[in-house]
Amino acid sequence: MISLTDFLVVSAVLFCIGLYMIVSKHSAIQILIGIELMLNAAILNLVAFSKYDRFNNGGQMFALFAIVLAAATTAVALAIILNVYKQYRTIDPGKIDKLRD
Amino acid sequence: MSLVQTLFYMMSFIALASAAFVAATKNLVRSIFMFFITLFALAGLYVLALADFVAITQIVIYVGGILVLILFAFMLSGKETLDAIAQQRNKFISIKKIPAFLLAGLFLIVLLNMIFKVDADNLTWIKRAVTVKNEILPNSSMTENIGINLMTKYLLPFEAISILLMIALIGSAHLSRKGERQ
Repeated sequence: MISLTDFLVVSAVLFCIGLYMIVSKHSAIQILIGIELMLNAAILNLVAFSKYDRFNNGGQMFALFAIVLAAATTAVALAIILNVYKQYRTIDPGKIDKLRD
Repeated sequence: MSLVQTLFYMMSFIALASAAFVAATKNLVRSIFMFFITLFALAGLYVLALADFVAITQIVIYVGGILVLILFAFMLSGKETLDAIAQQRNKFISIKKIPAFLLAGLFLIVLLNMIFKVDADNLTWIKRAVTVKNEILPNSSMTENIGINLMTKYLLPFEAISILLMIALIGSAHLSRKGERQ
């Protein structure tokens, strides 16, 4: 069978790729994709440990909650990105350095 | 090496390689579509972790919902987005990206060190779960159990998350409407 350590290693590498994207990218959409990658790494851990919780299903349940939360977060974040684009004509977070007034 | 293990290594290779491609490429559209492949491979990994319901939810919500949303935002935010990305004409590891690369690499070393120290397969609660048969077997179907648990044990988080979804729906509709007060 597949050991838990394998899952943990895969999710650690995914998490670090997401971290790299968040720190280095110049477009808000790519940063959002990095955040999604990190969330998916966390969900992979939840699901992997949930194999040993047959009756309560704690891990799978909170993996479902995390997926739904990620969907809600993404919808709001993309609405904010569109608003920022309307205001600044760019979505580079390095260039968005003014408040509204 | 059994079939399951071969499938696991294949899926994780696909997931990690496509995630690395997403991080490395300069073409935003291509990176979004490669992210699609990452999500599919992750759904396959969830199936191998015996969580089929989570895998289906992942495909329906992530691939069907979030990815289309991201594509929409990309299409609506115009040509300047592409220009901003085209400016960074440099390789995967350039002088500007060394701090990010160092941060991610060192964090990976810390995480891997901790994972191998913890030795997750020999934790006490996992051993106990195996001995009292509290372990999901490949032939057990969990969807029914998840449904019952969702309506009994986890009812409060379920309701809380439904309210939060409502708030997010109203909030994003409010944010993205045509502003008349600009």
